[in-house]
Amino acid sequence: MSKEMRMSPYTEQMADKAVMAFSGFQADVRALQKHLSARHLIYQHQHNKQMSCPAMAQLLSTTLYFKRFFPYYAFNVLGDLDSHGKGCVFTYDAVGSYERVGYSSQGSGGTLIMPFLDNQLKSPSPLFQLNEYYLYNIDMHDQDAVTPLSEAEAIDLVKTCFASASERDIYTGDKLEMVVLNASGIRHEFMDLRKD
Amino acid sequence: MMKENNSAPAKMNLLLSPEDSQRTLSPYVTGTSVVGIKYKDGILMAADMGGSYGSTLRYKSVERMKSVGKHSLIGASGEISDFQELLRYLDDLILYDNMWDDGNSLGPKEVHNYLTRVMYNRRNKFDPLWSSLVLGGVKNGKKYLGTVNMIGVHYEDDHLATGFGNHLARPILRDEWKEDLSFEEGVKLLEKCMRVLLYRDRSAVNKLQIAKITEEGVKVYDPYSLKTFWNFKAFQNPTVGAEGSW
Repeated sequence: MSKEMRMSPYTEQMADKAVMAFSGFQADVRALQKHLSARHLIYQHQHNKQMSCPAMAQLLSTTLYFKRFFPYYAFNVLGDLDSHGKGCVFTYDAVGSYERVGYSSQGSGGTLIMPFLDNQLKSPSPLFQLNEYYLYNIDMHDQDAVTPLSEAEAIDLVKTCFASASERDIYTGDKLEMVVLNASGIRHEFMDLRKD
Repeated sequence: MMKENNSAPAKMNLLLSPEDSQRTLSPYVTGTSVVGIKYKDGILMAADMGGSYGSTLRYKSVERMKSVGKHSLIGASGEISDFQELLRYLDDLILYDNMWDDGNSLGPKEVHNYLTRVMYNRRNKFDPLWSSLVLGGVKNGKKYLGTVNMIGVHYEDDHLATGFGNHLARPILRDEWKEDLSFEEGVKLLEKCMRVLLYRDRSAVNKLQIAKITEEGVKVYDPYSLKTFWNFKAFQNPTVGAEGSW
């Protein structure tokens, strides 16, 4: 992605409490997002409610897989709140393979950020705790989130990640947009990068 | 022997169907940068009038900015014939919209959206329109400035440029652009950008047009030249002090 568009958002709000962030081919992503918002609008008219996060995640996956042989060149991370109000993150590849994880990072800086997150969050595998959840049907409600951080700590970690990525990755831009999603609502925070 | 002779053209026909030959695989006559900015009363745009045939400056009076409907102005760089085809599409669009005769008319946002769809759909057919476009306009007091390129990437901003302009003009605009530029200040800023482009972009020519669009409508000004200065010492003997390796 070139740096022509320094002020264009890389995130799009899908539902009341769902946010999709992308890397990849911007035109494909905009087409994809337009399609998904239309599908979400139809869903709202048919069911008179917002799409749940597993539903939104599955829809994104099938939409991507529908174009398996001429894919959307889009690498998405979907952030959402589950029915318990806990945060959930879904991460995708371009053809719709997806997974629920505790944290994820994609794009050209993603390869730099991901191992750092693995290290900092001290999780041997982001799957580990989730597998317990799926296999033994432990209610996520009774369990800590996969990433046991306070909001301030989490924001700080994200800032550090991007500041670090921009040291080596030339495609990481001049500005960081963070979307903070919690029970009380949605909030956007910005940070300038590369000020040195 | 006979068999080989026959199979060769058949293979050629498979590889080069008439459909394939219609695609723009590489551009022929191209225009270089367009620069557009928002200013106090609307949008200002500048483009030179060169039409390059490869690296030959073949045409020197190509108008690359045109009005679209009542509220929009489009500027193009890239393949000139593709731009002209696009203008025909837009003419159809505006005409069809006009025939409703309902007092509504397409604004810049709608036209830009249409352009993004056309460009993106053509790239999905592997048959792109080889252009980078800047679309500006004013409707109901709202200024609009957007861009699309040949693969369908599109966005809005307060100031935009295509091609070389992205490298040479936009850094200047990021430093010097402000929300409430007057017409004179805007023209001055555009001229500064166009002068840098003229000096540094080999396919730019010293004949440019400025166009503005306000609530009152579009005005494309007559072409004119920029004052240049080439008498710097370093230009007169560029190799002095650079001894070279042999």
